[in-house]
Amino acid sequence: MEYKDYYKIMGVDRKATPEEIKRAYRKLARKYHPDVSKERDAEAKFKEVGEAYEVLKDPKKRAAYDRIGQNWREGQPFTPPPDWQREFDVGKGFAGGRATGFSDFFETLFGGGFASQEGVFHRGFQGRGEDQHARILIDLEDAYHGGVRLIALNMPEVDAQGRIVSNRKTLNIKIPRGIQSGQRIRLSGQGMPGMQGGQSGDLYLEVEFNPHRLFHAKGKDIAIELPVTPWEAALGATVPVPTLGGRVEVKIPPGSQSGAQLRLKGRGLPAATPGDQFITLKIVTPPAASAEAKALYQKMAELMPMNPRQDMGIDG
Amino acid sequence: MKKELWVITGIVLDETIQFTLLELCEYAKTSQEQVIEMVEEGILEPDGDSIHRWRFDTKALKRLQIAMRLQQDLGVNLPGIALVLDLLEEMEALRQMQGR
Repeated sequence: MEYKDYYKIMGVDRKATPEEIKRAYRKLARKYHPDVSKERDAEAKFKEVGEAYEVLKDPKKRAAYDRIGQNWREGQPFTPPPDWQREFDVGKGFAGGRATGFSDFFETLFGGGFASQEGVFHRGFQGRGEDQHARILIDLEDAYHGGVRLIALNMPEVDAQGRIVSNRKTLNIKIPRGIQSGQRIRLSGQGMPGMQGGQSGDLYLEVEFNPHRLFHAKGKDIAIELPVTPWEAALGATVPVPTLGGRVEVKIPPGSQSGAQLRLKGRGLPAATPGDQFITLKIVTPPAASAEAKALYQKMAELMPMNPRQDMGIDG
Repeated sequence: MKKELWVITGIVLDETIQFTLLELCEYAKTSQEQVIEMVEEGILEPDGDSIHRWRFDTKALKRLQIAMRLQQDLGVNLPGIALVLDLLEEMEALRQMQGR
């Protein structure tokens, strides 16, 4: 078990007044709130700050914490002093709120992890487990084909003593065909366990796609940039194009310009009306690597003079 | 010994799903009063011209869940929640446009 420096976590002095602590908490809670913050470890930070505040806002807990002494450093291995009396028998009266599963350090000092944040969440659902929210990253291919993914979650669970301990829970989740980024999957009864026979909460998984080398999803549509040669664009050609469902042949119309869009109907993510795949052409020029190639470019300049900047209001 | 593969199937909260007031409360584990308050504040905008015909989409469920957490964790009041939710959605839209 590691020592937690609650003052350091809150960024306040050991002599901070309750008002200063409250202000620091409000500020950090806003900064790391998982719904608002885009910081990577926001959820963990938010919990840590909540735990620190739980101790420092309560004069009794704070005094007890202070008695441990101030020679400890954050993260240092910690065992409670032998004469430590747990004065905080708080395992009971848990109200089914946001029991976030406090650290071992907290639980050893103050008893079963319950997080009453100023009693604001007595919502008349006593005993019912809290909903859990998580984000899962899947590959676009999984969304296209559907499949099963193993996910691991840190899930607070109630042990035999009625205390909340953090357990790693793994679940095999069915990824429905055609799921889109930002959509949520609701897994009924897979959230936090209920207390005393209460119903379990639900688990919400918000889907996000891993970045893909070729494809970019927007809703059920798929976008791809397709490199073509100048002669394919100018003369027209039939070229192979990758789609999530495999390779297809696409006709490039003659006289296509870079940036032109083509639509492959129904080649996006599956749905009642499947999404489309949008192709953006990108003309790639061959390098003038040999004397012949240079001569050819020269000849093109003579035969087909053009000024692609003529609309820019500059000369040349 | 063969290890059994237990696969959990959930439901996708997509645009085909709609909730009545009661269903929304059941999903979000909250009271009708709270939802009504949020409708009055413009945080939630159900279809339907009377409370008995209200239909909420899955976006409303997400907004409601975030709203409840903002209320609990940060003590944000209803007008503040409405503002935060709108800004969050705007940010998300911008992020999508940027292609992340």
